[in-house]
Amino acid sequence: MDKIDKELLKTIADVDVEEIKGAYNIRKNGQGIERKITENINIVTKKDVSGIDIIVKENTKFEFVHIPVIITESGLKDVVYNDFYIGKNANVIIVAGCGIHNDEHKDSEHNGIHRFFLEEGAKVKYIEKHYGEGAGDGKRILNPVTEVHLKKGASLNMESIQIKGVDSTIRTTNAVLEEDTNFVVTEKIMTHGKQFAKTNFDVKLNGENSSVKVTSRSVATEQSEQIFNSKVEGNAKCFGHVECDAIIKDNAKVTSTPEIVANNIDANLIHEAAIGKIAGEQLIKLMTLGLTEKQAEEEIINGFLK
Amino acid sequence: MIELKNICFTRGNKKILDNINLKIDENKLIAITGPNGSGKSTICKIIMGIEMPDSGQVIFNGEDITNLSIDERARRKISFAFQQPVKFKGITVYDIIRLSAGKDINKKQACEILSNVGLCAKEYIDREINNSLSGGELKRIEIATIAVRDSKLTIFDEPEAGIDLWSFNNLIQIFEELQKTQKSSILIVTHQERILNIADNVILVKNGKIEKIAQKEEILDSISKQGNCCKLKRGDCNG
Repeated sequence: MDKIDKELLKTIADVDVEEIKGAYNIRKNGQGIERKITENINIVTKKDVSGIDIIVKENTKFEFVHIPVIITESGLKDVVYNDFYIGKNANVIIVAGCGIHNDEHKDSEHNGIHRFFLEEGAKVKYIEKHYGEGAGDGKRILNPVTEVHLKKGASLNMESIQIKGVDSTIRTTNAVLEEDTNFVVTEKIMTHGKQFAKTNFDVKLNGENSSVKVTSRSVATEQSEQIFNSKVEGNAKCFGHVECDAIIKDNAKVTSTPEIVANNIDANLIHEAAIGKIAGEQLIKLMTLGLTEKQAEEEIINGFLK
Repeated sequence: MIELKNICFTRGNKKILDNINLKIDENKLIAITGPNGSGKSTICKIIMGIEMPDSGQVIFNGEDITNLSIDERARRKISFAFQQPVKFKGITVYDIIRLSAGKDINKKQACEILSNVGLCAKEYIDREINNSLSGGELKRIEIATIAVRDSKLTIFDEPEAGIDLWSFNNLIQIFEELQKTQKSSILIVTHQERILNIADNVILVKNGKIEKIAQKEEILDSISKQGNCCKLKRGDCNG
């Protein structure tokens, strides 16, 4: 692994490679390059398609799984299928993400298709970071797909962050929730230049007492465009809350399309959406503390996406 | 210290300030009172640079700051406490206190500031300054952002609005401490008799003009003769 690889990994995983704890699988330019398994977490290469199965034994408590992807080869289109099988009552933290370094003019693309199968009572915290860098005019494209299946009493807390430098992304999340399950999604996106980001959420609340909370905070600047689509379907006594907040700057465009469908009289579904520029009074307050308008704007945006 | 010279401010057809002339010396506590809509808050906003006058000059410590931006005035040590504290999404109480201090302060120091305004620091330090906080809590945080700054002139726009009894009693103490520790002049827009009582001078503003600058007894007497147009509040707080 060279310096660029290590820096990309640090940006998306928040730790140095040497410090990664628990099980891990590092994928570079379409190939697995390093792997470690533990007593409770096995990682197996798929035979039919490119990708891995991550199998967590039941009752595994507080272990980490890191599965970062880095792409430094310009012009590469990498598609990977990763399936997570989380045993009964296991409780794990999974850190995924993709960093693309593209110094050339050819487009680099990574499409990660992640499927989560949580058995009864399993709990997962899933963190996914996307980041692009490099001096080339080749695009950095990321199209992650996340599929979530929660069995009775399971919960998944998903944090999805697109830091910067991603030219085009279509992020799809589909979830099916059985009884007594909870799915929490926090999404943070910042786009600039001519970037494009589209989010599609589709959550089916099929079981009694299932609940979903989606919070999307995004900042669109310059000529960038963002589209946020969400559909929450309540098919039982359930609770769903979708909150989409966007700050818009310059000539950016943001579209938010909420859809909540109640197919059961006890389905309680809420959608809140707000798009607007930074409030003038917020800028004024921070300027009265001595920050310039530009510094005030940065603080407001950093806080918003924190 | 601060001087307003011939300040005029019109919006639409309404003359909000009509030739305001005012001088405040160092280390003074000055209260501005008068009927609602008389132009009190506008005077303060013009000093901070939040509003720009149509004509006239603002002089601070001998320097003409009329055309300076809000942040340039803030860096010259003018502070402003808002009547309605501003809310944010994502910015925490610790963030705003750190920004207000203008230097890196640790959480322990920030907690001390919060305790001084009567907030249990541990509970508040990491909270976002958003709708989950009550009006009184927001107001105390606003006052904390002022207390942590090293100011030469501090402006409070109706500090009593929306605060509880505890805060109100402590507010008086905070004014006195600011004067003592920072040698700061304080300008307070208020309807509260208890605040007028501690002021060195009281300015009575009416219809965009300064009607009188005097000792509080004289102003109180003048207000009582005007009937209902400018009522003073004698209670401890109004929120």
